[in-house]
Amino acid sequence: MIVAEPKPVEEIKKMLDGYDKVLMVGCGTCTTVCLTGGEREVDLMATAVRLMHKVEGKDIQIGQQTILRQCDWEYIDELQNVEDYQAIVSFACGAGIQGLARRFTNIPVMPGVNTNFIGFNEEYGLYSEQCKACGECILDKTGGICPVARCAKGLLNGPCGGTNNGKCEISSDKDCAWVLIYNQLEGQGKLDQFKQILAPKDYGKAGNIRMLDLRK
Amino acid sequence: MGFKEDIQSGKFVVTAEVGPPKGTDITRMIHHIKALKGKVAALNVTDNQSAVMRVCTLAIAKVLMDLDVEPIYQMTCRDRNRLGLQSDLLGAAVLGIKNVLALTGDHTTLGDHKDAKPVFDIESVQLLQVINGLNEGRDMAGLELQGKTDFFAGAIVTPEANPLEPQFAKFEKKVEAGAKFFQTQAVYDMKKFHNFMERASKYNVPILAGVLLLKSAGMAKFLNKFVAGISVPDELIQELANAEKPLQKGIEIAGRQIAELKDVCAGVHVMAIGAEDKVPDILAAAGL
Repeated sequence: MIVAEPKPVEEIKKMLDGYDKVLMVGCGTCTTVCLTGGEREVDLMATAVRLMHKVEGKDIQIGQQTILRQCDWEYIDELQNVEDYQAIVSFACGAGIQGLARRFTNIPVMPGVNTNFIGFNEEYGLYSEQCKACGECILDKTGGICPVARCAKGLLNGPCGGTNNGKCEISSDKDCAWVLIYNQLEGQGKLDQFKQILAPKDYGKAGNIRMLDLRK
Repeated sequence: MGFKEDIQSGKFVVTAEVGPPKGTDITRMIHHIKALKGKVAALNVTDNQSAVMRVCTLAIAKVLMDLDVEPIYQMTCRDRNRLGLQSDLLGAAVLGIKNVLALTGDHTTLGDHKDAKPVFDIESVQLLQVINGLNEGRDMAGLELQGKTDFFAGAIVTPEANPLEPQFAKFEKKVEAGAKFFQTQAVYDMKKFHNFMERASKYNVPILAGVLLLKSAGMAKFLNKFVAGISVPDELIQELANAEKPLQKGIEIAGRQIAELKDVCAGVHVMAIGAEDKVPDILAAAGL
């Protein structure tokens, strides 16, 4: 899933300076699962912003709605009375925030979260990046462990000199992806795969404004 | 005779390195270069070493050549994409630089511009392939060059890496990708290094063992704690701690190591880290 983290309430309050009628929109899929932008988090944020305004003696009306997904017109259409608001705060990932901005072009749409990565749910509240969405999956060659996402340098041909006791040079609490890959391939009796030199990636694919057309 | 000819002749080769300064004052560096002139086969010029921003390698390599000292141009993949790397390699060839050491480079977050975007468009193994391509007259896109390069390309390896196996597999890839010589991370455990050389020697690529000047017991402990692939044995730390003049002791230890390495590998790469003017003393202590 896509993993995002909540923005600090102070930052959101600052974005809303000058507005007194605001809609906060939660997203029922990825950001709900990662405890960042679902119905519950929208409610908490709305309450906090209301309180901060109250302390300053200001008035703000905050509407709250949560739809199943903000990256899909079908669900965005379910939002009600949006035109009554001066601003929207979206708690979806970057794709969902922009979905609202595309639909409601007359109303400023603010991000309620920072979108971080495509990750795995390690345990309740703990997520790890697993995929860079590079568009050229090589997991068949690397024991099902992605060096593009999980090696700090995205190396394709083995560990750098900074690997230390199986940990990464940037932090001793992060695993060296290439030691994991080596061990996995060794366990599978597939070390010959480690020895193949992988060619540089085609960033012409990952770096462009990507579309996927499966319509035909 | 240059570095390549020396190393191919089977002569025991000594290289050292200079780090470009942070800023435009190169007086101290020139002092170091002059101290090393004639004492070493070539001098590595580091590339934003430890991800700390400094004078670019190309400019300092030219300064070396103007002083009649042969450079080994270190090139990391951290700060430039494939256009930048190839373009700088062509520039290096135009300036007459012959030796390139292909490195991946320390991560940006270890340096002094932690918020920089790390590039790593390609990495050390692929960079070696790129250099070979340029030597054959074509770039990474397969396009023909007007005038090809003639680089002597090298790479690095960490013989005391833990675990060693993935490192060794990468060493093999570097050989396959066209590395013609290796310089190693600092070597302290001679037994481990002997074992490494036993396995590495079948690839028939000259290996220059890294010798790092220990200036104090504190420095040795620091290296053990913070630098991957370096493990200074307790006996050496004790020797330094007991010494009245630790730097002098460090020079003696480095000299001893070089003397020991003489029959084991093709040469040594001496890293004096800011005490480059002591390299001649180290070589004298080694009996070279």
